[in-house]
Amino acid sequence: MNALPDHEFQFIAREIRARSGLVLTPDKSYLLETRLAPIARKEGFASVLELISAVRVRRDDRLLWVIADALTTNETFFFRDKTPFDQFRDLVVPDLMKARPPGARLRIWCAACSSGQEPYSLAMLVQELRAVGKIGDVEIVATDISDRVMEKARAGLYSQFEVQRGLPVQMLVKHFEKAGDLWRLSERIRSMVRFQRHNLLEDARVLGKFDIVYCRNVLIYFEGDAKRRTLEMIAGTMAEDGVLFLGAAETTLGITDAFASSPDRRGLYRRVAGWRRAA
Amino acid sequence: MKSCLVVDDSRVIRKVARRILEDLRFQIDEAADGLEALNACRRTMPDAILLDWNMPVMSGIEFLRQLRREEGGERPVVVFCTTENDVDHITEALKAGANEYIMKPFDGEIIQSKFSEVGLI
Repeated sequence: MNALPDHEFQFIAREIRARSGLVLTPDKSYLLETRLAPIARKEGFASVLELISAVRVRRDDRLLWVIADALTTNETFFFRDKTPFDQFRDLVVPDLMKARPPGARLRIWCAACSSGQEPYSLAMLVQELRAVGKIGDVEIVATDISDRVMEKARAGLYSQFEVQRGLPVQMLVKHFEKAGDLWRLSERIRSMVRFQRHNLLEDARVLGKFDIVYCRNVLIYFEGDAKRRTLEMIAGTMAEDGVLFLGAAETTLGITDAFASSPDRRGLYRRVAGWRRAA
Repeated sequence: MKSCLVVDDSRVIRKVARRILEDLRFQIDEAADGLEALNACRRTMPDAILLDWNMPVMSGIEFLRQLRREEGGERPVVVFCTTENDVDHITEALKAGANEYIMKPFDGEIIQSKFSEVGLI
C-alpha cells in the first residue's frame, strides 16, 4: 500500500479510538490495508486511501463504524489458552457454588466475545458440570462491539479449521453436526448463551451483576485511561467475590486497585471486596 | 525426545507432517501403509502415531484395530489425519481407540493444538 498521508492516518486513528478504544499506532498501519481493502472494494472505492479520504471529507458516520468494526475483530478459538477454562471448572465454579445459597444462579459475562468460541466453550463446560450435579442455574451473557461477528456467533457455524483449534474431537462429535462444509453447534449449547451488542467504553450496568467475567485480549489494544475505565466499569458490574479473567499479556496491576491478582494463577483476578469507583 | 510414526501413503504429506513434528521436537519414523506401520510398531512402539485413513495394503482403521490388540499397542497416542470429515468416520475412529482426529487439510497450528490436547506436548 502507498503510505497513508499522515493527516489521513491521524484522522482515522482518532476516530477509531473514540469509537472502540483501539489505539492504532503507525506500526499497525498494515492492519488498515489488510482489514479495510475488502470494505473499500465493497463500498466502491479504488483503494483504502480513497475510502479513508472520503470518510473524512464526508464525515460518514456509518462507514466509520464499519471501519471500527473491521479493525477490532480479532481471531479467537475454542478453549483458547486452556488454563482459564480449567480454572473455571476446577476452582472458580466450586468456590462460588460453596459461597452462594443453594439454587442461586451464576451469571457469566464474556466481554468482547468475537465469534462466540469463548462463551460457547464455557457453555460446553457448564453442560458437563451440570451432568454431574456440580453446577446449578447459569446465565452466560456474551457481548461484542461488532454486529458482524455476533451474527456469526449466534449462527453457531464454524469452519473445519475453526473447530480443530482447541476443541477436543470428543466435544466436536458431542456438540456439533455437519452442515455442508461447516460445523453447526447444537441448539442446546447455543441456547445457553445470550448475545448482546455492547461497547466496552459504555456503561455496562445495564447488563446486570456478574459472578465471573472473561475479558481477554481486549485491553492490550486500549490506551492507559481506557484500560482503567473499562476495568472499573467491569468491577462495577461484579459481585463482591467475583472473578475476572484477563488475557495472558494483560494485568490490572498499576491500572486500578479494584482487583487483586492471584499469586500463582496468572490471568485470574479477584474483585477487591468493598472497592468503590471514585465518584 | 518423543517419537512419532507418520503413516500416510503420500510422500508429500509425510514430508509436511515430518517438518511440522520435527519443529515440535519429535523424532520421526515413516510408514506408507498400515502394514508397514504395524511392522514398525512391532520393532519399536512409538509414543505417537499420526495416521491416514485410506491407504493401500492396510487402511488406517484396520491398522489401529490390530495395533490395540498387540502387546504394548495400547500405549501409543493415535491421532488420525485424514480427508474423511464426517461424524460417522470420527465416531468409528474413536471407537477403534483413536485419541484425536485431524481433518485434512491441516497446518502446524492444528497439529500443535491436537497434540497438546492429548498431552503429547
